[in-house]
Amino acid sequence: MTYTALAILGCVVVVALDLWAFRTRLVTRRVFWAAYAIIVFFQLLTNGVLTGLRIVRYNDDAIIGSSTPGTFGNATDAPPPFFGDGRIAYAPIEDLLFGFALVTLTLVLWIYWGRRGVQRDPQSGPPLFPRRHPPSP
Amino acid sequence: MGEDDPVSYSYIGVLAFILVGTLWLEVLLRTRVLRRWRRLVLSIVPVAVLFCLWDIYAIASGHWDFDIAHITGVYLLGDLPIDEVLFFVVVPLAGILALEGVRSAKRGRAGWEAGDESDRESDAS
Repeated sequence: MTYTALAILGCVVVVALDLWAFRTRLVTRRVFWAAYAIIVFFQLLTNGVLTGLRIVRYNDDAIIGSSTPGTFGNATDAPPPFFGDGRIAYAPIEDLLFGFALVTLTLVLWIYWGRRGVQRDPQSGPPLFPRRHPPSP
Repeated sequence: MGEDDPVSYSYIGVLAFILVGTLWLEVLLRTRVLRRWRRLVLSIVPVAVLFCLWDIYAIASGHWDFDIAHITGVYLLGDLPIDEVLFFVVVPLAGILALEGVRSAKRGRAGWEAGDESDRESDAS
């Protein structure tokens, strides 16, 4: 399978696990998407370093939308396009799906174990320096 | 891995950046993730194993590779750089810290439940 197909499959499997196997329903929760918005920003940053410096190099035949020849292996040290040609911040768009599957599956398991009573406590917070006027619930 | 390839910490440096960027949440937002280490291990290990397998398949299929000039040059299970194995530990840890960081900031507010809340409010801080 191509990276594209595997990445889509990975996301479908993880969402199915979340909704029906572990019943954690994280993808229906506001707290998950708020955290994920932060995570995906830093993914674009750190993955941009990994791919922009060509620490990890992608085979253009395995990713979608790429027509850049010869950017795999030791063919060239030039970085891939920052945007376009199947890439966002140097990284293949498939990496966003890969990252979603990786992080979401982790969080599903984390919440699953909490629901099962495995170290549910101590819970997170409160912050060391809480807001002076905490918003009413 | 050739004899002449020097050890590089470029990839490890990115991982260190991710750790520095998230571990402060444990202190300033009191996320209490590290002290719940058994739950942490049970969450990260299966994911790391699964994604290492994906990685091994992807490397064997030629989906991606790694520049020997930017990694430590230590490999596990054939062609899997140890840098990459550590990635699958560091990133899940960062993800959990991010989630628990948001939960700390939104603590006690309706509509921000993650589904594992206990009945009692544990205010033993």
